[in-house]
Amino acid sequence: MEKLRFNYENEVLTLKIIGDIDHHSAVSVREQSDSLIFEKRPTIVLFDLSAVEFMDSSGLGLILGRFTLSEEIGAEFKIIKPARSVLRILELAGIERLIKIEGDNNEEK
Amino acid sequence: MKKSENSMKIYLPSLSVNEGVARSAVAVFVAQLNPTIEEISDIKCAVSEAVTNAIVHGYKYSQGVIYIGVKYYSDRTVVIEIKDKGCGIENVAEAMTPLFTTDTSGERSGMGFAVMSTFMDKLDVYSKKGEGVRILMVKKLG
Repeated sequence: MEKLRFNYENEVLTLKIIGDIDHHSAVSVREQSDSLIFEKRPTIVLFDLSAVEFMDSSGLGLILGRFTLSEEIGAEFKIIKPARSVLRILELAGIERLIKIEGDNNEEK
Repeated sequence: MKKSENSMKIYLPSLSVNEGVARSAVAVFVAQLNPTIEEISDIKCAVSEAVTNAIVHGYKYSQGVIYIGVKYYSDRTVVIEIKDKGCGIENVAEAMTPLFTTDTSGERSGMGFAVMSTFMDKLDVYSKKGEGVRILMVKKLG
């Protein structure tokens, strides 16, 4: 199943994660993300969570790992469009103190 | 204690693909109580954390069985029990400290128990080294 779509334009690498993020799915997202970051060497990495309905703490590890890698290559790392349920777990871990979170995806359901 | 209104028991092999199966099955069962989207998302997350812990830490990716029991009562209290017969936790208090992890890959956040205790109303963890882990979580639906 497809877990990640990417777009690379003007040195901005957008990684759009599709579906649930848990320990199981994090493995392939991690591998694909890391090879894209290494290959494209972007100046900005956008981690697009608009298509993620569920995320547990494995997602926190996934995000922190990609944030660290982006810093290592000198790229800025941002999270964009998390759903409310995803935002709650990001806030629980205090991710916003470390990583910029932009745009919400909180249309009333 | 009062008799539960409904209950479910599931046994799953400790495969990571079953993390999604476990949380979805529990969500479908609890959906009978018409919980809010937030309540369902809290429960799914807590179940996912407990099952992931059993797979990653309890069984350390070896074959084992994860037992999941769910029941609810007429006052809309949901009780979830998740057990494994893996290696157990030597120091439960230490394991429950936010950001504590025995993982060295840098990919585990150490936030599993913090998520369970934040998203559920009650969390009890029973374990002894070598004797598996039993997690009991309670959520009172509105």
